[in-house]
Amino acid sequence: MSTASHAHDHAEDHGHDHGPPRGLTRWIYTTNHKDIGTLYLLFSLLMFFVGGSMALVIRAELFQPGLQIVNPDFFNQMTTMHALVMIFGAVMPAFVGLANWLVPMMIGAPDMALPRMNNWSFWIMPFAFTLLLSTLFLPGGGPAGGWTLYPPLVLQTGDAFPFVILAVHMMGASSIMGAINIIATILNLRAPGMTLMKMPMFVWTWLITAYLLIAVMPVLAGSVTMLLTDKFFGTSFFNAGGGGDPVMFQHIFWFFGHPEVYIMILPAFGIISMIIPTFARKPLFGYASMVYATASIAFLSFIVWAHHMFTVGMPLAGELFFMYATMLIAVPTGVKVFNWISTMWRGAMTFETPMLFAIAFVVLFTIGGFSGLMLAMAPADFQYQDTYFVVAHFHYVLVPGAVFSIMAAAYYWLPKWTGHMYDEKLGQWHFWLSTIGVNVLFFPQHFLGLAGMPRRIPDYALQFTEFNMMSTVGAFMFGFSQLLFAYNVIKTIRGGAKATDKVWEGADGLEWTLSSPPAYHTFTTAPEIR
Amino acid sequence: MIANPETTANANKRLVRRLVLLTVGMFAFGFLLIPFYDVLCKITGLNGKTGGRVEVVEAVKVDESRTVTVEFVASLNIGAPWEFAPKVARMQVHPGQFYQTHFWAKNLADQPMTGQAIPSVSPGLAASHFQKIECFCFNRQLFQANEGKEMPVTFRIDPNLPADVRTVTLSYTFFRIDNAGS
Repeated sequence: MSTASHAHDHAEDHGHDHGPPRGLTRWIYTTNHKDIGTLYLLFSLLMFFVGGSMALVIRAELFQPGLQIVNPDFFNQMTTMHALVMIFGAVMPAFVGLANWLVPMMIGAPDMALPRMNNWSFWIMPFAFTLLLSTLFLPGGGPAGGWTLYPPLVLQTGDAFPFVILAVHMMGASSIMGAINIIATILNLRAPGMTLMKMPMFVWTWLITAYLLIAVMPVLAGSVTMLLTDKFFGTSFFNAGGGGDPVMFQHIFWFFGHPEVYIMILPAFGIISMIIPTFARKPLFGYASMVYATASIAFLSFIVWAHHMFTVGMPLAGELFFMYATMLIAVPTGVKVFNWISTMWRGAMTFETPMLFAIAFVVLFTIGGFSGLMLAMAPADFQYQDTYFVVAHFHYVLVPGAVFSIMAAAYYWLPKWTGHMYDEKLGQWHFWLSTIGVNVLFFPQHFLGLAGMPRRIPDYALQFTEFNMMSTVGAFMFGFSQLLFAYNVIKTIRGGAKATDKVWEGADGLEWTLSSPPAYHTFTTAPEIR
Repeated sequence: MIANPETTANANKRLVRRLVLLTVGMFAFGFLLIPFYDVLCKITGLNGKTGGRVEVVEAVKVDESRTVTVEFVASLNIGAPWEFAPKVARMQVHPGQFYQTHFWAKNLADQPMTGQAIPSVSPGLAASHFQKIECFCFNRQLFQANEGKEMPVTFRIDPNLPADVRTVTLSYTFFRIDNAGS
């Protein structure tokens, strides 16, 4: 997030750097990995607030039983759009932005391998989301059938339908281009001596994530194309009246959908594996096992999709297979959690904001993992399916999981990117308000789910009132404390105490050998790796 | 790893070509899943889809000692302006014996309309043991404006039905298939 003037200062320091051009066209035409990283991160921050506002509409409506604020159709549009915006607009672009900023600096590459495509893959995103968000103002409103787009319900979407499909196609194209770029960068542009098994964990997790993206985003594109032709061109892929099968969609969708959830968590594992060693002042425990665990999780993600659909009427053998395969994922994930804890074990730990978020990640993500194991049990899942227990589960892995890791990353690398230290006190306030808020928000939802409150419904029975009120209070606490984050980030971009090149005492890696902020072009001559 | 710029550019080109090929391949794979699942379901008899018309009726021994409850369910797909219901909600049947029942359907619109009933059997694994020799679901049904009719189903339960299945539900969903309302 270096501003023009800072990068320019450094250009003069180093003498070999022309610095960025000025003005708006800099951002539109840029092929610089740092600029594109910044664009991705700021876009994702904006979408985080858009999606968050939708979540607050949902929680405000659920504060009390009965209908108070919005009508049920708008409520359904909110649940659908909240998910689409947060998944494709906030979490995924944030990770791509981090990859853009960090992967070249971590492997000693001058830039991404395909800079012009990089520009393209970012600039598709604002158009995709303008298209998606504009559907809220179309006659009939936005999509309201849930982000999973199950037919036949989703085919009842009004004028918004083709817009949503096209937006999903554009997001998919953007992700695939980003993934191709990241793979090409990692495989072809590593500095001499940077062997695969010397790569930082963040680079490893992104390499694997990029392959997952290439493997499953086209399948999503295919499945939504089939929805489109079913609706407008008279095909019957999912229309039982014409010999198709709506359950088929679920199989195809979740073949994309399950790897997708790992796309949203593997880079988070990478980030945490970078931050914990820094603040424990010990090298990462079990590096090789971390790499293999990540690869195993990626592999297993392809053979567990049907655990999302235990109740569609599978034969017993199918239920058992998907149940055991799903539980197997707990093994490599457990390896990771143990490695993080072992890294901290007897470390000289300090608790700066990034470390606080990283530790909260380990604890709270693990809670989400455990509720995932409960959901993995096919017989129990019949009780939990489509209740708030599922909502609690995936929000625990996505909010104090993926989102906390992104925040940890932002605090951790912000001094490197901007050359300024963020406000530590404000960071600590943000951390504690977020952590308390997120638990007040999502923990009661476990109880609501176990008691049988269904998800995606704007009204509920009276006995669920107390936990819903608690959850809504937590939601507003969490939501508004994110303003502290935005304020802190903007403040750091604009100025602040000068950051040293190494920033953190225990930091290790090529990016910390660069100046803070790094020059506009770095590693134009490759560094030598011992 | 970085060698000289030219070999890197070539390596990038080669890698990108492969990755694009993988992308296209996975897009095609998404579509291939459709025939793949159809074949899988046909072989394993999953998914509650009953077979088509039974052409050759082999005589099988009627198992008088066993009684299976058959339940009938009728539902309408959205945009199908019909009245649609089974004449009886359930029947007690002996495996191996033929039974006939009727469904009632009425076109509520003031114009002729064509419909197609799609059967589904639950539990899914019982579907292949549910044999129909006559069914209104074999054909499209044309209804004149406001016409109502009784439509027959003749079926039997195969005596090989797994012993733990005591109730079989036959469900029909009526789809309007002129002008392809989804």
